[in-house]
Amino acid sequence: MTRPLPRHAAGATPKTQPLPAARPEPQPQPVIRLVSVVKTYGTGEAAVQALRGVSLDVAGRDYVAIMGASGSGKSTMMNIIGCLDVPSEGQFLIDGIDTGSLDEQQLAVLRNRKIGFVFQAFNLIPRMTALANVELPLSYAGLRAAERRRRAEAALRLVGLADRMNAQPMQLSGGQQQRVAVARALVTSPSLILADEPTGNLDTRASRDLMEVFDRLNAAGRTIVVITHEADVAAHAKRVVGIQDGHIVADRRITAPGAPPPLLGRPGRGPVPS
Amino acid sequence: MSPAQILRFALAGLAANKLRSALTTLGILIGVGSVILLVAVGNGSSQSVQNAISSLGASSITVLHTEGSAAPAAAPSSLAGTTAFAEPQNLTTADAQALAQAQGVASVSPAVSTSETLSYGASSDTASVTGTYPSYFPAEDETLSAGSYFTTQEVNTAQDVVVLGSEAATDLFGTANPVGKSVLVAGIPFTVVGVLAAKGASGLSSADNLAVAPLTTVQDALTGFGTLNDVVVLAKSAALVDSVEGEITSILDLRHHESAADADFEVLSASTLLSTASSTAHTFTVLLGAVAAISLLVGGIGITNIMLVTVTERTREIGIRKAIGATPGVILAQFLTEATLLAMIGGALGVLAGVIGTRFTIVGVKPVIVPLSIPLAFGVSALIGLFFGGFPANRAARMRPADALRYE
Repeated sequence: MTRPLPRHAAGATPKTQPLPAARPEPQPQPVIRLVSVVKTYGTGEAAVQALRGVSLDVAGRDYVAIMGASGSGKSTMMNIIGCLDVPSEGQFLIDGIDTGSLDEQQLAVLRNRKIGFVFQAFNLIPRMTALANVELPLSYAGLRAAERRRRAEAALRLVGLADRMNAQPMQLSGGQQQRVAVARALVTSPSLILADEPTGNLDTRASRDLMEVFDRLNAAGRTIVVITHEADVAAHAKRVVGIQDGHIVADRRITAPGAPPPLLGRPGRGPVPS
Repeated sequence: MSPAQILRFALAGLAANKLRSALTTLGILIGVGSVILLVAVGNGSSQSVQNAISSLGASSITVLHTEGSAAPAAAPSSLAGTTAFAEPQNLTTADAQALAQAQGVASVSPAVSTSETLSYGASSDTASVTGTYPSYFPAEDETLSAGSYFTTQEVNTAQDVVVLGSEAATDLFGTANPVGKSVLVAGIPFTVVGVLAAKGASGLSSADNLAVAPLTTVQDALTGFGTLNDVVVLAKSAALVDSVEGEITSILDLRHHESAADADFEVLSASTLLSTASSTAHTFTVLLGAVAAISLLVGGIGITNIMLVTVTERTREIGIRKAIGATPGVILAQFLTEATLLAMIGGALGVLAGVIGTRFTIVGVKPVIVPLSIPLAFGVSALIGLFFGGFPANRAARMRPADALRYE
């Protein structure tokens, strides 16, 4: 939060794609841009196309839900947006950087700097305290111990876990674990927070708390992409993209990327963090 | 990513499964410990042989009479028509006197020896009986525990006197003082004038079961005036041994009209015995070391095995780490460090165990640590960690993050 990462990194941005019409104040460069992305698994007879030409731009400060049934290609989409995998055809750019030409090492650095992951299964590292888990991406970024600690503590306070910093994942509830994961995702000040079914393993109350955290983060300026099949979760987003059989079949704009998230500020919630 | 941070991750990884880490470490511990211990045992036995040989006297040289066995068979065909061919000759007191003239020689003691039955009253003992001059005693590093040596005068007049070895004296007289008593050597009475101090066993036979009498007396009564069995030459200093050895050879070659090929004598010094013995001991040490090295190798394979299990078990963790920005290099470094730490901890404990083990006497050998074996065994164990950890670490580094995250 204190270290602004370059939003407009080097790399030529193709200007051929028309920007979404609903966007009121078009930005020069989207945070992520998929251009006719095709992803094929396997070869020859056994080849399966998980994505069949997906094009999508996500602007800064936007809050996008990608919805689809299982097998629709949303996991593949998540892998590509998360730089965990590269497209077979087409282009994927994050902050203007084309991932197609990058090797494993460069992709790892890109994930570290640009993306904060929140997974369905929390994916905290066992036997490491909440604080150590949140510090981990900063370790990989090469920050000094004192700076890591300061930032990790700030991130944990932001998700309301100031008092559980030294607890191990096993000592935390599911909702708390997921909030540690959110703290870990945002601690590097990434360009994008990418959440894959973040409420999938949570009860209703913990789900609502978590989505509230996402709403506040978005209101504070974070760009968020949530992959989900739950309408309740998608209702928090400013834009809902439907995906089916590897194609985008719906793209509904609820509020402008710059506006506050639609469900922010429900009664009984804390103040908006700055 | 700092090395200290990688080390911290690796330590946390090892601590996550302490029993497994400890058992893997044990493999290397046994390997390194046995290298140090077995090499020390080899070294210790070689040193005890060397000590035994050097107790023969560092500056004494023994000229042994041999039959020149190779010469008569080979000579007629190869030296046909030459006049240089010589029959094997006896080693004589004249030869001994000639050797006394050589440079750097302190004393020359011609000796004959035979095995005879000694008896005193009802007790008897079979011992080696040597006939020689008094200079034999210092040359052979013998010292007295009672009485005195016989004199050159007694040799010249062929007196029936004898100096007993400590074991021969105990066998015949028990605890009584033998000096002044008369023993029968092959039925001939000899007066005991002295008893030698115990030298202890050297190799397989006792060096103390002997009787030493004047050369002339023994030749007269027991062996006859044939060849001497050996001549013990004492060099003025240990440093002169090699040059005196050379002189002895050339003097005797000349006197016996010999070439090196058909010599009827053999020149032995402590240093020649020592070099033979140490090459034997070296082979022994190498064999022991090889056995230990194999156990170290097995320990290394244990590391590969356990690291492969660890990497598989922690696939998901590897996926998480990669997703949040660990590069393949960092993952490789973490798992290599884990393997190397296992090996080095095992190595350090192995050094400790090996060093403690050498405090004890093992199968009658007091182990002597070869200093080089410690850094070597430890260094090899670290290398084993790097080498045997390399394959699993590489597998972890190359895992695809998307697949690793899905792994259950």
